[in-house]
Amino acid sequence: MHLDEGDDARARRTADAVARRSYGKLVAFLAARTRDVAAAEDALSDAFASALADWPVKGCPSNPEAWLLTVARRKLVDVDRRRRTGENASTELQLVVEGLHAASAKVREAEIPDQRLALMFACAHPAIDAGIHAPLILQVVLGLDAKTIASAFLASPAAMAKRLVRAKEKIREAGIAFRIPDREELSGRLETVLDAIYAAFAEGWSDAGGTDVARRDLTEEAMFLARLVTELLPDEAEALGLLALMLHAESRRRARRNADGEYVPLAEQDQRLWDAEMLTDAEVLLRRAGTLGAIGRYQLEAALQSAHVHRCQTGEANWADVVVLYDALYALAPSPVVAINRALAVAEVRGAAAALQAMTDVALDSRVAEYQPYWAARAELLAKTGARDDARQAYEVAIGLERDPAVRRFLQRRHAMESAT
Amino acid sequence: MRYILMNYLNEATWSAQTPAQRAEGAAAYKAFVEALTTAGAYVGSQGLSAPSQATTVRISNGKTQVMDGPYADTKEQLGGIFTIEVPDLDAAISWAARCPAASLGVVELRAAWGA
Repeated sequence: MHLDEGDDARARRTADAVARRSYGKLVAFLAARTRDVAAAEDALSDAFASALADWPVKGCPSNPEAWLLTVARRKLVDVDRRRRTGENASTELQLVVEGLHAASAKVREAEIPDQRLALMFACAHPAIDAGIHAPLILQVVLGLDAKTIASAFLASPAAMAKRLVRAKEKIREAGIAFRIPDREELSGRLETVLDAIYAAFAEGWSDAGGTDVARRDLTEEAMFLARLVTELLPDEAEALGLLALMLHAESRRRARRNADGEYVPLAEQDQRLWDAEMLTDAEVLLRRAGTLGAIGRYQLEAALQSAHVHRCQTGEANWADVVVLYDALYALAPSPVVAINRALAVAEVRGAAAALQAMTDVALDSRVAEYQPYWAARAELLAKTGARDDARQAYEVAIGLERDPAVRRFLQRRHAMESAT
Repeated sequence: MRYILMNYLNEATWSAQTPAQRAEGAAAYKAFVEALTTAGAYVGSQGLSAPSQATTVRISNGKTQVMDGPYADTKEQLGGIFTIEVPDLDAAISWAARCPAASLGVVELRAAWGA
């Protein structure tokens, strides 16, 4: 037997591509009946291992998805049979086997039914701790490992793995169904799915330089999921809004660092580095969302991004409109983050003192003690009012809370400006 | 819970820095302490002199051995520690990620014994 590297590499590439495209589809399909996500994942990972051994030798199958499904199904049945040694084959097992046989016969003729959305709804079910929704979706739908997810969410890999296992047990034991909620509860339940996708995106996005591959991949994966949701639910305005918001953020990625790797704030960015295609897509999505008559948090955030871009491109100050948008956003989804950004817009309309006044409520929230944007905003506003000592102190806290060295250096330069005479 | 953040740095990276970069690094550490203090998480900290200044002592078979240099001959050497008081491991990891050493070297964190 001889294996040239080309076959190996080709097999791996095909397996990677299938994993990306079909992992969640296969997990959803394998676990739909039993709701045993962990067993489906184990069987699927065995199937991928078999593929990497088999494909370089025998060539990639014409339908890799169906191949993986057949192998995974066999493993799943084997495992179940072993577990039930001595027992009579239970009706449950019989059902599983029959169901999978019938289903895989269909698969040979057509595509595997796409139940990824149902799987996402199960992962973001209200019965499961909200903090684990995003990691769970990343693992179950996209197949990311606990280690990668833990790094992105700044958690210990062991603890993250444990939380993921527990969440999967919950799905199985609590009988959380893999289904798309009915019309009347759809928008409420969709919100938790979108929040999870956005959390994954935000964790990826917090690596502004895009230097950390695991994090950058996470923004890509989150965009993939958001696209998937808009394809499967094309008339959900908030799903469109979320994708528009992500495209806006992503379109400026290259402009957020200069050639020396230093952080560049929005107002100083080289607009030629913005991705025009993404910006156009974002605008189209946002307009389409607007016609659906269901305003929501993500559409407002996307509209704010759109307003910032418009201002930078035309030079026309639109801060009053921006404040109105923030007011609407705060009414819908009050959070210190929104209040801080609103205050920065208020500063442009009514001055820094009014903006500091607008932030006094935020300061009472104990969470802001560790929230870098609060201190950076406060420092900037204090500097504008001429309260230089207080500005320096606030910059110092902001610097200490920042984990990106480029942003840290940017803040240090601002800090130094307040020390200069 | 009390955690110790151990900062491991490569001495070569450190000595290759310009005075401006060093001043920037020192300012970043000062800001880190300020942020910890503001958040009520700061317990204490201690920077260490260069690893080449280290002395190691051990007693083996009843004989005391004293040696020059650090114990472990690794590229990254312990350069200082922070002691912090936070609710849980996740919070400790957040602070470790903000520690300037995380982007220059490595931060190892451990819960204090018996904490």
